[in-house]
Amino acid sequence: MKKYILDLVLRRTTQPRPGYVLLQLTDPDKPLPEMLPGQFVEVRVDGSPTTFLRRPISINLVDRQRNELWLLVHAVGAGTRALAALTEGAVVNVVLPLGRGFTLPEEAASEWGAASERGAASSRENLEAQSYLLVGGGVGTAPLLYLGQELAALGYKPTFLLGARSADDLLQLDDFRRLGAVHLTTEDGSAGERGFVTQHSLWQTATFSRICTCGPKPMMVAVARLAHEKGIPCEASLENLMACGLGACLCCVEDTVDGNVCVCKEGPVFSTDKLKW
Amino acid sequence: MADLHTKIGALELKNPVMTASGTFGYGLEFADFVDLAEIGGIIVKGTTLEPRQGNAYPRMAETAQGMLNCVGLQNKGVDYFCQHIYPEVRQIDTAVLVNVSGNSPETYAECARRIAELDDIPAIELNISCPNVKQGGMAFGVTCEGAASVVKAVRAVYPKTLIVKLSPNVTSIADIARAVEAEGADAVSLINTLMGMAIDAEKRRPILSIGTGGLSGPAVKPVALRMVWQVFEAVQIPIVGLGGIMNATDAVEFLLAGASAIEIGTANFIDPAVTVKVARGIEDYLDRHGFTSVREIVGLAHEG
Ligand SMILES: Cc1cc2nc3c(=O)[nH]c(=O)nc-3n(C[C@H](O)[C@H](O)[C@H](O)COP(=O)(O)OP(=O)(O)OC[C@H]3O[C@@H](n4cnc5c(N)ncnc54)[C@H](O)[C@@H]3O)c2cc1C
Ligand SMILES: Cc1cc2nc3c(=O)[nH]c(=O)nc-3n(C[C@H](O)[C@H](O)[C@H](O)COP(=O)(O)O)c2cc1C
Ligand code: FES
Repeated sequence: MKKYILDLVLRRTTQPRPGYVLLQLTDPDKPLPEMLPGQFVEVRVDGSPTTFLRRPISINLVDRQRNELWLLVHAVGAGTRALAALTEGAVVNVVLPLGRGFTLPEEAASEWGAASERGAASSRENLEAQSYLLVGGGVGTAPLLYLGQELAALGYKPTFLLGARSADDLLQLDDFRRLGAVHLTTEDGSAGERGFVTQHSLWQTATFSRICTCGPKPMMVAVARLAHEKGIPCEASLENLMACGLGACLCCVEDTVDGNVCVCKEGPVFSTDKLKW
Repeated sequence: MADLHTKIGALELKNPVMTASGTFGYGLEFADFVDLAEIGGIIVKGTTLEPRQGNAYPRMAETAQGMLNCVGLQNKGVDYFCQHIYPEVRQIDTAVLVNVSGNSPETYAECARRIAELDDIPAIELNISCPNVKQGGMAFGVTCEGAASVVKAVRAVYPKTLIVKLSPNVTSIADIARAVEAEGADAVSLINTLMGMAIDAEKRRPILSIGTGGLSGPAVKPVALRMVWQVFEAVQIPIVGLGGIMNATDAVEFLLAGASAIEIGTANFIDPAVTVKVARGIEDYLDRHGFTSVREIVGLAHEG
């Protein structure tokens, strides 16, 4: 997939919750390039005295009609705070789209078709029976919105299981609800079920054919274990420290069953059976 | 329009801008952003005789105007390079150089010998200065005897242009430069990264997996510039200057200090198209000041 360095214009900036900012960026001159759910962008942070490298941020949503790229940013340090302080009309330099995203149904179908020699079993009806569970925690829910949108566009009804510390950290719930059923957990019980995503009652009552997860590592490790126990294929999106985002510097490696691989190029999304978790 | 052609030993470059090893992959990673043929030379990743897994994650930490890395020469070995990567990079219409590392004079030499057989690799850059590997690497680059021993072994088997990349982590870089010149190096490049470290105050632990790492980026530029200046006064062979170059003005400063060509490393992470911008910027500088060739300004700051 061709990558670009683009100067995008900040059309709208909103605070869905204190400490979080949603940047809605547009290219005033041309349509945004093709981007896939789970891919990310490297954002240049100008005007921060301490931020030197670009910051990797997931693609939260691509709105083709409005030619908008959405980035959902949690202001945790100097770089992300500078992004949160941008005002409408600001020019934001991004490199995109980067990495490999989540496996979409057609690719998943061909993977499974190749795995099973039963031919007829991988018929269209079977594919449509595929049910996706998207599990997110904290700002890790960001790429799941775009994934959910693309799944919905392909005719699937994704189920979302979103967790956070408290109700104040749950983001974009209305957007998720437009795409599929939304289940919530919070550690303090202020929204949805109390506890972690892996403790949600949904796991007892429903079954899924594929799980995609993004969030804090301990959460993803727990989700991957549960998926493994249930024999459900699972993909997770990693957030290793990055310098180039292009597969050039080898700083972002994850130790996988295939050795050290670049998260920015081979990932950030990995099938969890490749990870040594 | 000023002439940007320059020479490093027998190596002819269409312009003085090269990419620094370990920061530009094999070049192909940047093909969407720049016309690779517009870059003077591409120095690919550090390559060793045997494959290496490199150090554990985390391998980088951002610092004030720079970054630390301890990648540790992760690469698939010279044979993999020759079979799988060379056929691709030889297609790039510019000089492609291999950065060679090892842990003994023999492994350096054997790696260089295999690369010498590749027709379209006109030169190697010998990395005797990597701070991120336990055995070898910088151990050779920090003493005159160590540096000389590696260059001697490689020179015996490598007939093409041999550039030796020096470590800044020494008391007198001029002495090391003289030692490698005496063993027949065609050129020196400097600087590799400066040894440093970062500590996470909250976790009360070093950030990098092996504790220390190499500092690069604008933070090191004044040190690099000073070293190019000193080495220019110490040796006759050409110098390739690098360390913190972010734009054409930085590059011109290195040329004025005595570099015949420059390399761009960390800046590629911030602007993947920086290389061609610097090449054009150098041309603008020359035109603006009435120089007809980039060779006219090499070492010019030493005059008068
Ligand atoms: C593929 C990927 C996708 C991401 N998507 C999002 C997203 O959609 N929204 C969001 O808010 N955040 C996302 N992040 C995390 C985000 O990149 C970091 O929070 C950000 O870089 C911190 O920068 P800072 O200057 O604000 O903080 P700093 O003060 O530099 O650091 C604060 C914390 O962020 C971590 N961090 C610093 N630099 C990086 C880096 N280059 N990569 C990863 N973590 C880093 C540090 O470990 C530290 O704990 C993503 C990271 C990756 C790798
Ligand atoms: C991530 C990273 C990896 C590097 N790998 C190598 C390497 O394999 N061999 C080498 O000689 N230098 C390596 N270097 C050093 C650079 O080539 C260069 O000497 C140094 O970064 C200073 O230049 P800069 O400030 O322009 O980056 C590496 C630097 C970085 C940042
Ligand atoms: S961040 Fe440079 S290789 Fe992944």
